[in-house]
Amino acid sequence: MKVFATYNIKGGVGKTTAAVNLAYLAAQDGQRTLLWDLDPQAAATYMFRVRPRVKGGGKALIKGTRSLDDAIKGTDFDGLDLLPGDFTYRNMDLLLDDAKNPVRRLSRLLQPLARDYDVVFLDCPPSVSLVSENVLHAADLILVPLIPATLSVRTLDQLTEFVASFDGPRPDVLAFFSMGDRRKRLHREIAEQLPAQRPDLATTAIPALAVIERMAVERAPVPAFAPRSPATRAYRDLWTEIQKLSPA
Amino acid sequence: MRRWYRPFPGDTVRDVDGRSREFVCTETGAQQLDQLRSELAESFTVSLGARPARATRTWLDTFDWRLYKAGLTLQQVNAHSDSQLILNGPDAEQLTTPINRTTRLRWPAMAAALPAGPLRDRLAPVIGNRALLPVVRAASQTSDLRLLNEDAKTVARVSVDSLSVTAPADRGQGPLPARLTVHEVRGYATAARRARRLLAGTDGVSSSRLTALDTALAATGRHPLDYTGKVDVKLRPAMPGREAVALLLLQQLDTLEANVDGVLHDVDTEYLHDLRIAVRRTRSALKVVGDVLPGDLTLRFASEFRWLGDITTPLRDLDVQLEELPSMAAGLVAARPADLEPFRLYLTRRRAAARRALNRGLRSDRFATVLGDWRKALTVPRAGRRPSGPRTGELAADRTRRAYNKVIKLGAAITDESPAESLHTLRKRCKELRYVLEFFASLHDPVAQRAMVGDLKRLQDCLGEFQDCEVQQLEIQALAASMLARQAAPAPTLLAMGEIAGQLGRRQQQARTEFAGRFAGFAGSAGRRRLTALTASPRPASPEPASLRAASPEPASPEPASPRPAAPRAARSRTTAARP
Repeated sequence: MKVFATYNIKGGVGKTTAAVNLAYLAAQDGQRTLLWDLDPQAAATYMFRVRPRVKGGGKALIKGTRSLDDAIKGTDFDGLDLLPGDFTYRNMDLLLDDAKNPVRRLSRLLQPLARDYDVVFLDCPPSVSLVSENVLHAADLILVPLIPATLSVRTLDQLTEFVASFDGPRPDVLAFFSMGDRRKRLHREIAEQLPAQRPDLATTAIPALAVIERMAVERAPVPAFAPRSPATRAYRDLWTEIQKLSPA
Repeated sequence: MRRWYRPFPGDTVRDVDGRSREFVCTETGAQQLDQLRSELAESFTVSLGARPARATRTWLDTFDWRLYKAGLTLQQVNAHSDSQLILNGPDAEQLTTPINRTTRLRWPAMAAALPAGPLRDRLAPVIGNRALLPVVRAASQTSDLRLLNEDAKTVARVSVDSLSVTAPADRGQGPLPARLTVHEVRGYATAARRARRLLAGTDGVSSSRLTALDTALAATGRHPLDYTGKVDVKLRPAMPGREAVALLLLQQLDTLEANVDGVLHDVDTEYLHDLRIAVRRTRSALKVVGDVLPGDLTLRFASEFRWLGDITTPLRDLDVQLEELPSMAAGLVAARPADLEPFRLYLTRRRAAARRALNRGLRSDRFATVLGDWRKALTVPRAGRRPSGPRTGELAADRTRRAYNKVIKLGAAITDESPAESLHTLRKRCKELRYVLEFFASLHDPVAQRAMVGDLKRLQDCLGEFQDCEVQQLEIQALAASMLARQAAPAPTLLAMGEIAGQLGRRQQQARTEFAGRFAGFAGSAGRRRLTALTASPRPASPEPASLRAASPEPASPEPASPRPAAPRAARSRTTAARP
């Protein structure tokens, strides 16, 4: 089972849309896929029309009184399941802090799912917290959406350094430009210059497109309602690149 | 990469519990679908899924239903240009493998011909050396109804599968009642339950416990497990012995005939094996109980069935040699497995010649005449004559005792110095006893029967190993001489064959060493008690199936008010059995 996490310290950079679309494409490829919406805002959950509620809340899951298996919901798409977001996840840091091995608790909780899933996506809330540290430890590959701006690059450096400091297995990191706007000069410059300097940057960029924003209206992944759109092509290219880096 | 497929409705094998997930529409047509939608609309928004999926579905199994018996269902599904094999098993097990054009899969096919992967690995030990054959083929059109909640989220699916049987061409064909399956969406069990309740209450819809395969087969007039190589005749102790023997022989004739095509077309080696067993059982029956048949039937046909047995022997011997060759080659110490390749090629050529010879025999007038005359002789009613001779219960007890006593007598006389021929003769008598036990199994207490057959089987295995090793050693010597004469035997091959003969010799010696213990296990006091139990108490008569009445060679005699008790004869048998 491969675990992919979409992570960025900043919000509104395209983490959730990437997680939703990539999970959909993984399932389309025939991989048994689970998306865990760890964000208390539960945007991914909303996009799959699932109610943002887990019986017993985050506490039951983290403490293990309710198995992840029990809380999973089938989506409308073959091979793609969802572990919904829940507003109580806002307290997940505190719950994890009480756990025995606080930074590896999520990793341990995911282990039994290896029987049922080939791929798990973790959609992480924007923060530096015990939750994100757990996610970084649980993942095989961290997907970092970057808005082509100077500060974004700095954030990526910080993340890479942090991951490099881990004892034991370390996840790979793959950043990709997200919400890039060709009309903005700075976006263009960074998008042209940075790939040459950063080997951990994907060649595929996800442009800022209205069709991606429509996901919240359609409440579905882009490839499901706009299969021929440039956004679908971009996510498909990104998924191909991810698979080359981290084959199933 | 694993592919994810939604199972076709009704493919999950026998997993239908009290709360059926499967339904059939007793009426067909668009009107029925509209009615379904309106019933489901009471609780859900009903959305018609993507356009109907069309496919051709071919169910596959071995001739003796090995997959069905193992709770597995295998089908080849062709849709558009795609083709795949789908294997369904208990507990929602599902394995699939695509068949591409380069695979060149043609039915019948052995496990080795399937694409490598988990599906083949799962199937291979189940089907063994049998070929997979198409059992029934149907055109399928599957529509999907999605049931949505107030968030427009799919909370359950109902698939409507319209099947139309297209093959076998000579059986009944045409559309079957549409099958409805409620698919639960994970985490929404309540919605699926509600959908099932709504369907169960819909006019023209009834729950079904049959799988799609069962339904399609039924339309062709077949049913699963309609072939067995075993003795499968229900007898009653009070029926005339002559009638029982005729029924037993008719079933063996059916089995023999059922296997002829498979032998002629060389589908797999088990057809010949089953055909030979049917011939041997027939010959044993003629020898052991043939005297109850009228006139000179036994005399007339014994030599014909001997001929039939004889013409099948060369091919069977070569089949056994070829089947055992890989394991023999794996056990080589001095020689290399590759050294045996000329031997394998030689066996293969000999086999082709033996097959041609057997096919000539099976296509001959003599063969057709034997089978035709035999069936006629067994089925023609003898009007106005009451069958004479013993009742079946008495016949069974008497002949079982006789066959048992012969085994005991011959076995007790065997010493370490006895020639191989003595063990071979004992083996033949053991087979006769085994067949007699099988013939009359329906009269016996199943527990006593199983115990008796178990002991006998252990003895037979030992004798079989001894004799097979003997025969194979002699064959290898003869083949080596023949290969030398044709200059087809390189020195390394002859040495490897010699090593195999050595292996066989050691195995034969081992079997010889084990014989005394196995025979003692069979002939001991426990064995005699089992014989007494079998021959003393035929089970109470059960109603005779209609199919057997129809096949009865002679009109069944009226049941006597009180069947003749078998106990006194059985009491006498105890002393007989105790005096081998």
